[in-house]
Amino acid sequence: MTEKSDIVLDVKNLKTVFFTNSGLFKAVDDVSFTVKRGETLAIVGESGCGKSVTALSLLRLVPDPPGRIVGGSVTLEGTDLLTLDEAAMRAIRGNRISMIFQEPMTSLNPVMRIGDQIVEAVRLHRNLSAKEAHDIAVEMLRLVRIPEPARRAGEYPHQLSGGMRQRAMIAMALACRPALLIADEPTTALDVTIQAQILALILDLQKELGTGLVLITHDLGVVAQTAQRVIVMYAGKKVEEASVEALFAAPKHPYTRGLMASIPAVPASGVPAQARLNEIPGTVPSLVRLPTGCAFAPRCKLAIKRCQEEYPPLADWGGGHLAACWRAAEVAEVA
Amino acid sequence: MTEALLEVTDLTKHYPVRAGVLRRQVGTVHAVDGVSFALGTGETLGLVGESGCGKSTVARSVLRLVEPTSGQIRLRGEDITHLSKAELRPHRRSMQIVFQDPFASLNPRMTAGDIVGEPIAVHGLASGKALEARVAKLFEQVGLRPDQMRNFPHQFSGGQRQRICIARALALEPRLIVCDEPVSALDVSIQAQVINLLIDLQRQHGFSYLFIAHDLAVVAHISHRVAVMYLGRIVEIADKDELFRNPRHPYTQALLASVPIANPHAKKIAPLVDGDVPSPVNPPSGCAFHTRCRFAMERCKTERPALVDAGAGHQVACLLNEGTGRPNAIP
Amino acid sequence: MATIDYDLELKRAGANATGGWRRVLFLARRHVLGAAGLVIMTVFVLTAIFADFIARYDPLTVDAAHALARPSAAHWMGTDSFGRDVFSRIIHGARISLAVGIGSTALGGTIGVIVGLTSGYLAGWFDLVFQRVSDILQALPLLVLALVMTAALGPSLPNVILAIAIPLIPTVARVIRANTLALREQPFVEAAKSIGMSEVRIAIRHVLPNTLAPLIVLATAQLGSTILTEASLSFLGLGIPEPYPSWGRMLSESAAEYVRTAPWLVIFPGIAISLAVFGTNLFGDALRDILDPRQRG
Repeated sequence: MTEKSDIVLDVKNLKTVFFTNSGLFKAVDDVSFTVKRGETLAIVGESGCGKSVTALSLLRLVPDPPGRIVGGSVTLEGTDLLTLDEAAMRAIRGNRISMIFQEPMTSLNPVMRIGDQIVEAVRLHRNLSAKEAHDIAVEMLRLVRIPEPARRAGEYPHQLSGGMRQRAMIAMALACRPALLIADEPTTALDVTIQAQILALILDLQKELGTGLVLITHDLGVVAQTAQRVIVMYAGKKVEEASVEALFAAPKHPYTRGLMASIPAVPASGVPAQARLNEIPGTVPSLVRLPTGCAFAPRCKLAIKRCQEEYPPLADWGGGHLAACWRAAEVAEVA
Repeated sequence: MTEALLEVTDLTKHYPVRAGVLRRQVGTVHAVDGVSFALGTGETLGLVGESGCGKSTVARSVLRLVEPTSGQIRLRGEDITHLSKAELRPHRRSMQIVFQDPFASLNPRMTAGDIVGEPIAVHGLASGKALEARVAKLFEQVGLRPDQMRNFPHQFSGGQRQRICIARALALEPRLIVCDEPVSALDVSIQAQVINLLIDLQRQHGFSYLFIAHDLAVVAHISHRVAVMYLGRIVEIADKDELFRNPRHPYTQALLASVPIANPHAKKIAPLVDGDVPSPVNPPSGCAFHTRCRFAMERCKTERPALVDAGAGHQVACLLNEGTGRPNAIP
Repeated sequence: MATIDYDLELKRAGANATGGWRRVLFLARRHVLGAAGLVIMTVFVLTAIFADFIARYDPLTVDAAHALARPSAAHWMGTDSFGRDVFSRIIHGARISLAVGIGSTALGGTIGVIVGLTSGYLAGWFDLVFQRVSDILQALPLLVLALVMTAALGPSLPNVILAIAIPLIPTVARVIRANTLALREQPFVEAAKSIGMSEVRIAIRHVLPNTLAPLIVLATAQLGSTILTEASLSFLGLGIPEPYPSWGRMLSESAAEYVRTAPWLVIFPGIAISLAVFGTNLFGDALRDILDPRQRG
């Protein structure tokens, strides 16, 4: 077993809700997970499953109103972030825990030079002269493999291509060598050849710096190629957690299984192609009117009466493979 | 191949880039640069490429939503490139489009039933009760309930909205449906529903799809043939299985190697190309891919490779090995 | 962690206020000033409609015996130099203000929508000409333009409405043009083209209905300023001719001579003008926040 000190982030029973004019949204409902040093944890799910709100909750950036974290703990390197005051939290954001977003254009200030934005981020947390901070900025740009980093540091975001901007964002996020990096769909807006470059870069840097990584994505391909552990979320709840090998070898939750069967495969990739994609009927339920039982039951082929009445507990199916399904034992045989 | 429904020859679309107070032309966007392909009846041609490769401009030019700079578009043998709006109207019935964004492609102030019925009403094919019955039937065909006709677009989910868009496209019983990234904005589980629906409808009605997407797996699943575009040009076109098993153009190879495969034991993603796609404003000379190509030779900078047949209908535009696109040895 | 009152939080977010009157009440509570504006506007409109029943005297009847009477039980707001009841004249004045306000906003709005839609949709030379003409019109202050127009056309109710409506056209047209330009690029407009719909029909069926929200917001915001312009024109003697009771003219007749000796002649019309403009502006702001939050400035 790993030592306790190896754990960078420990999230326990996190609950985040939104008070909206159509009712109470339980965006994140009782979600727990840990991230070790140098480990990549992927959180997968479809839109509205709560994966992005989970990320924002870790940084305490959920917009209030209408959102609020109403329970649980987020322990980063031994400190519960939910108990800190705003000033203490600001000292941690961008320093010990950083985030990169989907859209690199809107996450960078368009009227500030790239280098100056990194300098600002660095000097916010570290007592450095402008010259020293500038050197770090150039060094970071070199680290993310931007050609001619010294010249690029003097350019504005619009002068960079989409891929270069995302590299600059990564440089900024890692400038203070955070313990944890959260990447919310970092490659979704990018073209596939650029996505491959950026993912390779993130993984290389993570190995080099030993940063813990929480990767939020909807793309199971990205998960398979990058993560060590995976959490599958559905309607605000964690429905399955496993190592990436175990999850892809034998998913225990019917939802995970359905997701895997519904993605088309590239021919000659080794993944068998089906003539007809396996569809999950229906749509993702509204987070306001969630059923009492399992939220996936209305779309599930295996659903029995019990699924509609009682929410299944997260049970361990061996080797830390958790799944919340009454019929997890039969999933492999039936579906 | 079956009889060609759509033939596109040497399609080119250039946009002027203007700047300054006098709006003087300072450059040209080569959105589409000499694209040719044919699409048979009942066939699906996939058009893949990264953003800015011109695939959407091809789609819009085919429908004459964008006026091509030069080239020819023939629908069922008839040249429609230069028809006036009025002359084009009857041809509009045979070709329809489904867009990417199911939120922006429906007028928020019209009911779903009115949206689907509009093409029928515009062409004066039915009205009143008959129109309503036809719309109800279209709703059933795409897996919606006829009682949802009275709802407004915001009352539907993304997948359901895309079904409405498909129903609207079906309303005129077209022969060709251009699908411009129809599932890119949808969730994975919903994507499968829409792809299956498109395939089922094709089997029932026998129409042709020009299917545009950036997701190779989706294109591979739905298409019979696939064309790969790079900076306004088709660099490779072949039957689906042939293209994916035996990619010849270095760009196609890079594209395939970049797709993350949903299997942790499969080879890790390998970025085979560096850098970004160059700007389509004044693109590179010769082969547009030479700036990023692993195998680029001196010739590639000056000579523009033509799309040549490398056997069995597999066409490739690359100077490697006498135009077969095959490198001597992969380094 | 502090305990959270879920019911209270949800109530604050308006969770049980989704339909009909509940929704109106919820919005009124959130936009208190807007609600006040709506009340003022409602009173204003009702006064204009039922002026004949509310007024206690005929507003035009001259009664020299009671000229310049102080406010009293008989004449709540006193009388003017001709002995006309000020209260009755203010009540009837609401009718004039409202007629001018709605008339000119509607006229300017309608022409503005047509021009803006055509300009945004057709682009080309029409757009270019329209843009330059509206640049010129907007370079002149609304009041000066209206002054020149009424001076040229002569003071009468239709002329005042026309004079105020014309400067409004470019303001409305610009908003509609900007919206049209954005909507023209929407896929649903492209979809309409691809089914072979004519441009005019697309403009009317697909573009116009989607510009309604900003149009309503703009029209309400402009209502106050048209009322103010009418008052200003009448104050300068170029608005509604005698003997009709326009608030602006009531002010101009009395301001110079009677401000010291009969202040009620100045105070009450002044309050009426301020209240009407204030009410429409408050309501317009709230409406903008509710219907078109992007325009919040």
